[in-house]
Amino acid sequence: MKAYRLRRGAGRTALYIAVIAVSLMYLLPLFWMVRSSLMSAGEIFLIPPVWIPNPPRWSNYTKALTTIPFGRYFLNTMKIVVFNLLGTVLSSSICAFSFARLRWRGREFFFALLMSGMMLPGAVTLIPTFLGWRAVVPPNSYLPLIVPAWFGGGAFNIFLLRQFMRGIPLSLDEAALVDGASYPRIYAQIILPLSKTPLIVVSLFQFLGVWNDFLGPLIYVNRERFFTLALGLQMFIGYYTAQWELLMAAATIVLVPPVILFLLGQKFFTRGIAISGLKG
Amino acid sequence: MTNVYKFVGLANYKRLFSGADPFFYKSLGVTLYYVALSVPITIVSSFLMALLLKQKFKGRGLVRVIVTMPSIVPAVAVATIFLWLLNPDIGLFNEILRALHLPTSQFIYSETTVVPTLAMMNIWTMGSTMLIFLAGLENIPEQYYEAADVDGGGPIYKLFHITIPMMSPTIFFNLIMGLINGFQTFTQAYIMTEGGPNNASLFYSVYLYREAFTNQRMAVACALAWVLFVIVLLLTLVVFRTSGWVYYEGDRQ
Repeated sequence: MKAYRLRRGAGRTALYIAVIAVSLMYLLPLFWMVRSSLMSAGEIFLIPPVWIPNPPRWSNYTKALTTIPFGRYFLNTMKIVVFNLLGTVLSSSICAFSFARLRWRGREFFFALLMSGMMLPGAVTLIPTFLGWRAVVPPNSYLPLIVPAWFGGGAFNIFLLRQFMRGIPLSLDEAALVDGASYPRIYAQIILPLSKTPLIVVSLFQFLGVWNDFLGPLIYVNRERFFTLALGLQMFIGYYTAQWELLMAAATIVLVPPVILFLLGQKFFTRGIAISGLKG
Repeated sequence: MTNVYKFVGLANYKRLFSGADPFFYKSLGVTLYYVALSVPITIVSSFLMALLLKQKFKGRGLVRVIVTMPSIVPAVAVATIFLWLLNPDIGLFNEILRALHLPTSQFIYSETTVVPTLAMMNIWTMGSTMLIFLAGLENIPEQYYEAADVDGGGPIYKLFHITIPMMSPTIFFNLIMGLINGFQTFTQAYIMTEGGPNNASLFYSVYLYREAFTNQRMAVACALAWVLFVIVLLLTLVVFRTSGWVYYEGDRQ
């Protein structure tokens, strides 16, 4: 019994060593980024490297923010994010409502079609979509980045909401129908309020997806004043290859909003990922 | 760019497959090499990580957050951070290698190491794959492990006779998604290497982008997109056909 406990004790120690090593490994790149963003150009090149900047140079952030109009890029990004998010929440929940709660001919077929569309690589549809948009909107328009969100809002979001809405007892709809409620009213006043959790999940994923999107803005936007933060940061890399402290400050600025949002909505994020994986 | 299109039959495809455009086969080779490295690396590392983070220990929630956080960092920011970490002269990684008296590496600046380096970077951002595994692990009924305890099965026995078979549908799902995403890898290579050095990291998507937007050859780019579609479709079918190893509990009746 004693030997068993000893072995267990050794196992616990090994477990904690592994967990601490993993945590440090995953934090290291982020730590190094922040650390480098607070250094002077001389300090950053010291060998052996210094771990803690002394004194921390907060002015790198003001310099990074002024060299490139990050304020404008932030507003541009938010414009796309807000309108995309509104469309996604509205249209994906309507589609999910239809797939989950209404009975109509061909419903299963169209749902299968939607799901198989999820397997279609985005790189395959990139050029045809681009050519289509180019024919109807001027360059630098954000419409290609916003309008699709108002027409379904993404197969994955519909799938996620449908899975949840199917779990709501049908007796609620029936009772409302008996009371004379219409389907739009059932959607707006019964199903939507009950679907708060998956709607938060969808919003969180969509925010991260749009904020982090690089390829979309890259092909539709080419005038600098219409750039998003992702494009701005990429341009920054081209301009200041040797000024690592400024580059790291800029990277930190771009990264902070999604990280904060992730930390706040971390539970929803985990739940959403779990739902997406259960499909397999 | 002209707006007049002329029907050319299969000319664009002929040009690709005949090798008249040397970058077609090059980019296919680079992409296959990348997928062959990155998919196993990502699946094995995220599976092991999920096994570790499934254990009970103090601060487990915090460690799970730390490991998944990098997966939501914008790809452009990931590229920026790693450009700095991987800098051959003053980057942190080579400093660590030097401190340990190990040989340093040129990482993304050498033809031989660029693709493995980009594949390894996925270990840092595999958080969402890891969470899918974790959710799967937590769905395995505890009785199976208890039964193995009664039979005297050790941890290795449990891993190969309970955990991996029970997890095979999840592994299968992550494998398919990994393949589809692997073939489309774009942002890291576009920002960090622009396909270089000497086209050693010319991923298929980077090549497609270059044909479409740098060289303004939309028709060639569309042909490339079709070829990619067929490749991914065939590969997915092959994986589905060979999925006899996947165990579905519902089948056992």
